[in-house]
Amino acid sequence: MENQIFELQFALDTFMFLVCGALVMWMAAGFAMLEAGLVRAKNTTEILTKNVALFAIACTMYLLCGYAIMYDGGVLLSEIVHTSAFDVATVHADSAEAGFDGDSVYSGASDFFFQVVFVATAMSIVSGAVAERMKLWSFLLFAVVMTGFIYPLEGSWTWNGADVFGLYNLGDLGFGDFAGSGIVHLAGASAALAGVLLLGPRKGKYGPDGKVKALPGANLPLATLGTFILWMGWFGFNGGSVLKLADANAAHSMAWVFLNTNAAASGGLIGALVVARLLFGKADLTMALNGALAGLVAITAGPDTPTAIQATLWGLLGGVLVVFSIITLDKLKIDDPVGAISVHGTVGILGLMLVPITNSDVTFGGQIVGALTIFGWVFGASLVTWFVIKLVFGIRVSEEEEYDGVDQSECGMEAYPEFVKTT
Amino acid sequence: MQLVTAIIKPFKLDEVREALAEVGVTGLTVTEVKGFGRQKGHTELYRGAEYVVDLLPKIKIETAVGDDLAEAAVDAIVSSASTGKIGDGKVFVSRLEEVIRIRTGETGEQAI
Repeated sequence: MENQIFELQFALDTFMFLVCGALVMWMAAGFAMLEAGLVRAKNTTEILTKNVALFAIACTMYLLCGYAIMYDGGVLLSEIVHTSAFDVATVHADSAEAGFDGDSVYSGASDFFFQVVFVATAMSIVSGAVAERMKLWSFLLFAVVMTGFIYPLEGSWTWNGADVFGLYNLGDLGFGDFAGSGIVHLAGASAALAGVLLLGPRKGKYGPDGKVKALPGANLPLATLGTFILWMGWFGFNGGSVLKLADANAAHSMAWVFLNTNAAASGGLIGALVVARLLFGKADLTMALNGALAGLVAITAGPDTPTAIQATLWGLLGGVLVVFSIITLDKLKIDDPVGAISVHGTVGILGLMLVPITNSDVTFGGQIVGALTIFGWVFGASLVTWFVIKLVFGIRVSEEEEYDGVDQSECGMEAYPEFVKTT
Repeated sequence: MQLVTAIIKPFKLDEVREALAEVGVTGLTVTEVKGFGRQKGHTELYRGAEYVVDLLPKIKIETAVGDDLAEAAVDAIVSSASTGKIGDGKVFVSRLEEVIRIRTGETGEQAI
C-alpha cells in the first residue's frame, strides 16, 4: 500500500513537471508574438525566425552539454535513466528515504524537460532587445554559447548550489531565487545589454540633437496576445518551481504561487498603465503590457511567501519601475525595441531584493552578491562572446539592409507581402 | 457653373453630405486624402518618445453646381463641417468651363 502511494506521488509530481514545462514552453510563443508586435513590419519574419530557431538551439545545446554543466546530468543526458533500464524498486527506495512529506521523487526525464524550457526563456529575452538590426546567424551563434555554457554555469552556482569558481557559495550567503528573477530573467537581460552596447541603436532612433524618436511597433494585437500567452505560461514557470505537488503542503503552496503570480501581473499592469497615463497623457498600451510582464518578473524570485496584497504591491512596484527604466535607458541611448532589458533586468533585480522582506531564510546581502554574480558573469561572458562574433562575422546588417528591413536581407521574405506599404 | 472643392474632417462627411442634399446638390465625389495645414500635423507619444504625424487623414469632396446654387452649397459645407477647432479644413471655389454628361452628351448646367 505504501509503495503504491509512493508510485502515485511519483506519477503526480512527474505529471506536474511535464504540464508546467509545457506551459513554460508556450512562453516561447508569447515572446515571439510580443516581439513580432513591437518591431516594424519589415522586420517581422526575421524576429519570428530568431524566436523559433533560438528555442530549438536552446533545447539542443542544453541536451548536449548544458544540463551536464548545470546539474551534473551527464553529457547527452547519460545520467537520466532510459526507459529500458527503469526500475520501479528505486522509486520505492528513494520515496521511502524522502518520506511522504519530503522532497519529491520524480522522473529524471521530466526534470530535464522542465529545466530546458527555462534556458529557452532566458535566450528569448535577448532576441527582442537586439531586434531590427542584428545579423540573424550571428545571433544564433551567440544562442549556442549562451544556452550551452554561459547560462548553465550560472545556473549551477545557484539552483545546483555549486561554488562560484570555487571561491564562494551563494546559498551559504543567504541567496534565494525561487523561480529565477535573477537566474533566468536578469541573466537574459544581462546578455541582451552586452549585445545592445556592442550593436548600437537602430538608425533613426536618436536624433543628432539627442532627441529620442519613436519607431512604433507594427502590430499591437499580436503584442497583446503575446503578453497574455506569457502571463499564462508564467503559472508553469513559478508554479512548477515549487517542485512538488503530491502532498497537501506542496499542493497548497503551489496554489498560493499561482495566486500570487496572477496578482503580481495585475498589479504590474495597473502600475504601468497609470504611470504612463500620468507621464505621457495617454494610455500607452505597450507600457501596460511591459508592466504586466514586470509584475511577473518582480514576483518570480519569491512567489511562495508574500500575502496576496503584498504580491499585488510587488507587481505594482515592478510596473512603475519598468516605465522609468525604459525612459532612462532611452536617455542613455541604449535602444531596446521591446523593453526587455528593463522588464527582465531592472525589475529582475527588484524581484531579488523584495524576497528577504517576506522570506527570513534569504538575506539582503546574499541577494546583492547573487545579483552581482549573475550580472557580472553573464554580462562579462556575453560581452566577450558578442565581441568575438563581431570581429569574425560582424553582428550588424548594413545601413541599406536595415532601411529595407532585415526580412529581405536575412530571410528573403516579407511577413505581409500583400499589404500596401506606408511611409 | 462652379466647382466646389472642400477638405473636411473625415467624421464630418455624413453631416456635410446631408446639408448639401438639403440645399439641392445632386452629385458628389468623395476622396480619402492626407495633408497638412498651418499646424504642420501634430506629434504623438509612443513609449515616452515623440513622433510627428505630418500628414493627417482628411476627406476631399468635390461637387459641380450651377451659379445660383454655389453660395448656398458653400454655406452648407462651412456650417456643417465646422467644429471651431483647428483642422476643420477649407473650401475652394473655381469657375467651371464645361460639364458633359457622358451617357447623353448633354452639356452645360443641364449636365450637372
